[in-house]
Amino acid sequence: MALKMTGAEMVIRALADQGVEHLFGYPGGAVLPIYDELFQQEKVQHVLVRQEGGAVHAAEGYARSTGKVGVVLVTSGPGATNAVTGLTDALMDSIPVVCITGQVPTHLIGNDAFQECDTVGITRPCTKHNWLVKNVDDLARILHEAFYVARSGRPGPVVVDIPKDVQFATGTYTGPKDVKHKTYQPRLKGDAAAIAHAVDLMSQARKPLLYTGGGVINAGPKASKLLRELVRITGFPITSTLMGLGAYPASGKEWLGMLGMHGTYEANLAMHDCDVMVCVGARFDDRITGRLDQFSPRSKKIHIDIDPSSIGKNVRADVPIIGDVAYVLEEMLRVWKMKGSTVDKTALKGWWGQIDKWRAKKCLSYKNATDFIMPQYAIQRLYEHTKDRDTYITTEVGQHQMWAAQFFGFEEPNRWMTSGGLGTMGYGLPAAIGAQMAHPKSLVIDIAGDASILMNIQEMSTAVQYRLPVKVFILNNQYMGMVRQWQQLLHGNRISESYTAALPDFVKLAEAYGGIGIRCEKPSELDGAIKQMLDAPADKPVLFDCRVAALANCFPMIPSGKAHNEMLLGDDVSDEEIGKAVSKEGKVLV
Amino acid sequence: MSTTQPASAYFLDDTKEKPVTHTFSVLVDNEPGVLARIAGLFSGRGYNIESLTVSETEHEKHQSRFTIVTTGTPQVLAQIKNQLERLVNVHRVTDLTVLGEPLERELALVKVAGKGDKRIEALRMAEIFRANVIDASTEHFVFELTGRISKIEQFITIMMDLGLIEVSRTGIAAISRGAKSM
Repeated sequence: MALKMTGAEMVIRALADQGVEHLFGYPGGAVLPIYDELFQQEKVQHVLVRQEGGAVHAAEGYARSTGKVGVVLVTSGPGATNAVTGLTDALMDSIPVVCITGQVPTHLIGNDAFQECDTVGITRPCTKHNWLVKNVDDLARILHEAFYVARSGRPGPVVVDIPKDVQFATGTYTGPKDVKHKTYQPRLKGDAAAIAHAVDLMSQARKPLLYTGGGVINAGPKASKLLRELVRITGFPITSTLMGLGAYPASGKEWLGMLGMHGTYEANLAMHDCDVMVCVGARFDDRITGRLDQFSPRSKKIHIDIDPSSIGKNVRADVPIIGDVAYVLEEMLRVWKMKGSTVDKTALKGWWGQIDKWRAKKCLSYKNATDFIMPQYAIQRLYEHTKDRDTYITTEVGQHQMWAAQFFGFEEPNRWMTSGGLGTMGYGLPAAIGAQMAHPKSLVIDIAGDASILMNIQEMSTAVQYRLPVKVFILNNQYMGMVRQWQQLLHGNRISESYTAALPDFVKLAEAYGGIGIRCEKPSELDGAIKQMLDAPADKPVLFDCRVAALANCFPMIPSGKAHNEMLLGDDVSDEEIGKAVSKEGKVLV
Repeated sequence: MSTTQPASAYFLDDTKEKPVTHTFSVLVDNEPGVLARIAGLFSGRGYNIESLTVSETEHEKHQSRFTIVTTGTPQVLAQIKNQLERLVNVHRVTDLTVLGEPLERELALVKVAGKGDKRIEALRMAEIFRANVIDASTEHFVFELTGRISKIEQFITIMMDLGLIEVSRTGIAAISRGAKSM
């Protein structure tokens, strides 16, 4: 039986049929009919953010911490343009988000109407796909297609732009089961011959390495389990990108730590020297490879990715395997066992011996202090106090993000939410709100910097409204630390506009929003202050102003334009030497 | 593995890889914005478009076919194909050049004005090139010419000396040889 309803009713019905429990949004003229329907139902809970950009990041945090699709509802014009950064962020990090935007009525489109913008035009390059719905009878199908496209294959954000007259019009509703996408059918299973070839290469490897990424997280918890089994039966060392942290436990003995520009010495040197590299759901981003013509020069590369365009984009793969990581790893393990494959134990022992020598460099070591807090120490203490709890971590972007990745150990997937590809300052607080909405009983911490946090500080008000006990742990050095670090290293120590001469009093700011403010300036008081933060009432957000060493820099570091084996360790070199280490060509790189 | 073996990671824009020109056929759902999606992909990722034509080819199925001529190294061409296939409303992408030299045709409308000998010569050349006269006065001709790009360019070059006023070209439509579809 055909169900007749208005476009606005269809939106809510489609969300409910897709199993959506929460959506993040901000009302406005062009979405009022949908907000009116929201008001009259209880299946879907709306979370009112304070700026539309926050809504998308909150949906990203929600999606990344649950594996579900995050949903956003915003109005036309500025509502849609404010969402653009979040959409681009979700596209770069492959996060499934459905963003519904209101649009001026169909007959006004193109007339420069009030709060009109070409939403599908603006969001075309920053979404996986988008639709402008001009006919109410297409609406239900498009909404269900939108969810399908957002979560299938390589996940990503989609936009459904709905003119106001379409929201008022009456049409026929179709359920999700009746919608099948005619063109978009991503391939899940990897090619059998390629998988068999990969297994052979792996069993012959003398210096193997697993290089994993966000694709493992996106493929679901099963993919992480399979990855762990693969490491268990092969004994191969494993490293991961920023986006992939938690897929393999940081406490595992095969774990080398994160790789890349601020990755560990052992991970980067292993990348450089390995003879078989198994890339699982990662994309050879420039932050990972460093100088491309010297990237892992002697290895055969196996590349598993669901997106064919990721393969061969930056680095040629010897064995490309297109498919979902979980499907491919399962098949890989099956073939490994069926063939009775073994590893070259002697060679592997030698390889581990080499890795242990690199590990002995203790590349993450830093000089601790007693009269001021080192940022690395602050993260370490935070980790020690929270590691046995049910914890989710988000971050902003900059030095604090890298220190969090280096010093916070992740044991499980979906526990770590950070803006990797786009590097969006202001991501962490709204993402924490999204994660906390999804996991109301869990501990959610945004590890932040003093500059980043101010980019979406208004979301404190959202956290207070919904009684969300998110903890914002600000490593406050009064600088845009990573900008300053690059200025020190690359621009003759001219600190151009990266010092924030007027920061708010974060304690008073928290209180002004109705949250809790804590300040800590001495290492001796840090443990007590962290405990105070963790024991804070379960219905209020906390801003923790952790005053840290102002000029600490983030090491190890591969300078721009350099190879993995040219990385710099913090205690070996002065800033001046690092400045000289970057060539003229390197300086133009970001 | 010995160190003398070629390494498997290269600077992919290695100068040894010479750019080549290929013709792609792209079958898409004929939805609003699909041209912008494809054109935006090329500009956003810095690929060349030498020629792009599009029209609905299967009305009932609501499908359109793009013919895109582009230049790049083999690695870039592979990326272009993969990136096009990533677009959600793209059905199929075929690199026609890989299948063997495709059949390519373009239509040009060429306006030539002049009197006396030049006018006679223009008409004579048009006959040699099998161009049709679709509009004429005592002072001008408009020729319609179909053929390969080289033929059209040759014709235009000749007309330059014979009073060429303006040219409108469609860009190429292409199809593979033989009985099989793309």
